[in-house]
Amino acid sequence: MITALNTTEPKIIPLCGQSDLIPNSGICAAVGDQQIAIFFLPDETPQVYAIDNWDPVGKANVLARGIVGDVDGRLVVASPLYKQHFDLITGECLEDHQVSVATYSVTLLANQVQLSL
Amino acid sequence: MLKIVVVGNGMVGHHYVEQLAAADVEAHITVIGGEDRPAYDRVHLSEFFSGRTPEDLALTTQEHYRELGVEAHFGDAVASIDRDKKTVSTVNGKQFAYDKLVLATGSYPFVPPVKGNDHESCLVYRTIDDLDNIQAQAQGSKVGVVVGGGLLGLECANAVKNLGLETHVVEFAPGLMGVQLDAGGSAMLRRKIEALDVKVHTSKATQVIEANADGDSRLIMRFADGSSLTTDMIVFSAGIRPFDQLARDCNLKVGERGGIEVDQQCKTSDNNIFAIGECALFDGRIFGLVAPGYRMAEVAASQLGHDSTTFQGADMSTKLKLLGVDVGSIGDAHGSEAGAVAYTFSDERIDVYKRLIVSADGKNLLGAVLVGDCSDYDTLLQYFLNGIALPTDPQTLILPYNAGGAPALGAAALPATATICSCHNVSKGDIVTAMDAGYCSLGEVKAETAASTGCGGCAALLKSIVDDELTSRGLEVNKAMCEHFNLTRQEMFHIIKVESIKSFAELIEKHGSGRGCEICKPTAASILASLWNDYVLEEKHVGLQDTNDTFLANMQKNGTYSIVPRIAGGEITPDKLIVLGQVAKKYKLYTKITGGQRIDLFGARVQHLPAIWQELIEAGFETGHAYGKALRTVKSCVGSTWCRYGVQDSVAMALYIENRYKGLRSPHKLKSAVSGCTRECAEAQSKDFGVIATENGWNLFVGGNGGMKPRHADLFATDLDDETLIKYIDRFLMFYVRTADRLQRTSVWMSNLEGGLEYLQQVIIEDSLGIGAELEEQMNNIVDTYQCEWKTTIEDPEKLKRFRQFVNSKAEDRDIIFVEERGQPRPATEEERIKILALSA
Ligand SMILES: Cc1cc2nc3c(=O)[nH]c(=O)nc-3n(C[C@H](O)[C@H](O)[C@H](O)COP(=O)(O)OP(=O)(O)OC[C@H]3O[C@@H](n4cnc5c(N)ncnc54)[C@H](O)[C@@H]3O)c2cc1C
Ligand code: SF4
Repeated sequence: MITALNTTEPKIIPLCGQSDLIPNSGICAAVGDQQIAIFFLPDETPQVYAIDNWDPVGKANVLARGIVGDVDGRLVVASPLYKQHFDLITGECLEDHQVSVATYSVTLLANQVQLSL
Repeated sequence: MLKIVVVGNGMVGHHYVEQLAAADVEAHITVIGGEDRPAYDRVHLSEFFSGRTPEDLALTTQEHYRELGVEAHFGDAVASIDRDKKTVSTVNGKQFAYDKLVLATGSYPFVPPVKGNDHESCLVYRTIDDLDNIQAQAQGSKVGVVVGGGLLGLECANAVKNLGLETHVVEFAPGLMGVQLDAGGSAMLRRKIEALDVKVHTSKATQVIEANADGDSRLIMRFADGSSLTTDMIVFSAGIRPFDQLARDCNLKVGERGGIEVDQQCKTSDNNIFAIGECALFDGRIFGLVAPGYRMAEVAASQLGHDSTTFQGADMSTKLKLLGVDVGSIGDAHGSEAGAVAYTFSDERIDVYKRLIVSADGKNLLGAVLVGDCSDYDTLLQYFLNGIALPTDPQTLILPYNAGGAPALGAAALPATATICSCHNVSKGDIVTAMDAGYCSLGEVKAETAASTGCGGCAALLKSIVDDELTSRGLEVNKAMCEHFNLTRQEMFHIIKVESIKSFAELIEKHGSGRGCEICKPTAASILASLWNDYVLEEKHVGLQDTNDTFLANMQKNGTYSIVPRIAGGEITPDKLIVLGQVAKKYKLYTKITGGQRIDLFGARVQHLPAIWQELIEAGFETGHAYGKALRTVKSCVGSTWCRYGVQDSVAMALYIENRYKGLRSPHKLKSAVSGCTRECAEAQSKDFGVIATENGWNLFVGGNGGMKPRHADLFATDLDDETLIKYIDRFLMFYVRTADRLQRTSVWMSNLEGGLEYLQQVIIEDSLGIGAELEEQMNNIVDTYQCEWKTTIEDPEKLKRFRQFVNSKAEDRDIIFVEERGQPRPATEEERIKILALSA
């Protein structure tokens, strides 16, 4: 699915304002048909993380609604459906290494969340 | 194939069939039961009066026997045995051939041969039918007499008293429970029972029972000493006699005073006939308890397999509660052995009596009597059964601890042969073996050995053995909740309460490490809510909640939510029903009635939740907390308002309870129900706490559970008035909230609670920990700060931002696709979804 977003030039897409974010939790943004889960962790650096909203195990668009935390020091979100953990930085599923989700590069700049493609 | 016929389908006969079925013996088993119904739990028969139905008491069913391949006939007793032809014939003329015959005919109540004992208001106490009769007779009665002051007589007296009758006990001997108690214990028991307003008449020989022609009561009993007593009904419970007529008629050897004689293999004088249970006489004794009967059943079954075992007699020690009084009797209570020495402790201020009988050399315990306080029973029984050498000052075993009493016998001191659970015959060795095999937690040991799954009397001892073994194996039970907190839920609760911690950030900084996870965050959120009752979507709490709590709805498999508005007590007006229908139609929701008497609306998209709730709240609905680990529903039947049988207004009580506890956050979900009479249509005994109406108030049950591991609730307290009922529930719930583990339902919590039901009763009813008032205050605080979370949410535009599918678009989630089935939407399957998406692309 990520290929649909690929263009040759890096592209910056504004997604939302900082006030749309919820501290220590996630929200979801649409980029075309793609759904991106964005997590705002004010005490971490960087403060924002983005992965697919699609849960490949539960097969539904729900990851933005999971609980964030850490497992062995890795930042993760737990799927609200069947509780698998997805690494917010690598997209890897901790319970099943065959499974992963795409990650996106996002930045929080001047109270704006931007996606770079 | 070997033909086995079992006569009598009581507790022991049934146990025999189960043993044989489990042993995989090639045989055709025929069971012939004289009662109309298959075997039931006679030991707990009295619970029939507190709402247990015959189905609840049943130990088996026709279907179960069919599955085992057992042929079973009920309601047609065996009339004769032909030992030459090896056949039995029933009253109705059926004949069955046998190769091996098992007599498990039990016993019948002894009715003294007194003129007038056949009056229709003279009853006995042995079968479900008997109890039905007693209940019926009690309807028009004011006074009830129980003849017999033994163990069963007093149990019967309790039942008569609970039926609301003025209760008398008439005993022939000079004291109560003469078999199990010495004179001192018996006197103390009498004092206590009389204090409960049961009239005790000892040394009374009934001579005649006459119909009382004039006067309000039906009967008059005349005694040998010239005195008399008027009453409406009489229940005879003056001992049991073995059902041995069949054996006499075919010339099997029977004892002088009845009972079919058996040897160590439970064989009678005929090699092909066994006798087990209360009809059997072993070594000149009848064993009137169920455990020895079960041992006999096992022995008799083993004779047909490869490893035959033998019956060696059985210990008749007992511990029980009679009319609410703790009574224990071990071994030889009367000190009849030569040279025996007795120690007695009695405290009339608190009505406690304890007596030890010790061998002449002071080394062995021969017997003990306990009245009013049975806390030493387990320890004393272990000394007695295992011949453990007594301390030099044996009296320390019964003295109060602060008066120099010795602490209970440690688990380590018990030999491997010590019987821990006598219901299921589990020794300490069996427990150690199970732990050697890797079953190390209390729950696993219980499941593996069946220990403590019978009467539960050994629960505390079992736990201390498991703990002791764990420590001696150097195994520390890892109690940490997750990698972020080295705490149990109870410890976390305590810390948050004592340090007045108000946020997760503060908690993890002071007591944890890392950032938290989906285990510790919701746990902390639940405790914070139980203690301070803040709005769960406050910014500092929102990231802690499971998605269901965050969106105040239940996520379903396709990422949509279901909505369950509160319908307290299951009562709803037609107008509100119409609104539910209209909302469901408008938002294309699937509707279904839940088991808790509510209506569940499925398939709501996250962005529609606020609008749906706006409409529901305008129509007067509130959130139902179906998403939370919180009080869910209080189911009710229509009760006395409509039902012909109802004795209290169960709907009003259910409404009150549901409205009181709605929103209470707890370690796991909580369910309740209120029934208007003992017919129990609301199924209150399958709930965390259930209430059943009685003539005099309410019976409270706790710790029930439906679902994966059903558990019948325990009867906690009887005949409560409204105020006391609510007080007990307040305390019960708050104590559970305080001390249970994460995601531990009340049923599991109770089975892990050291001291079990009794302990819980002490804490809640007697306030033994002195925390009753505090628990109530905490509950009042929660009740006072209740808010409908949906109402708060829709009034706050900031919070509503959360309910957007996308922060940057009004589009819908195109992966959520419904198809129609039976006139309603349902989520498309993965295949359907892919197909539909491909078509629309
Ligand atoms: C109220 C009460 C409370 C009790 N409390 C306890 C307790 O707390 N602890 C304890 O250990 N024990 C207790 N007991 C005793 C316990 O119930 C008995 O020990 C146990 O039930 C004996 O089992 P059994 O199968 O030998 O006899 P039963 O359970 O009496 O079963 C015998 C069955 O055989 C049937 N039968 C008889 N003759 C024939 C025939 N000719 N043909 C076909 N069927 C026939 C009878 O109808 C009966 O159904 C209690 C008993 C009562 C009544
Ligand atoms: S429990 Fe059943 S029988 Fe009893 S009042 Fe309720 S509906 Fe009527």
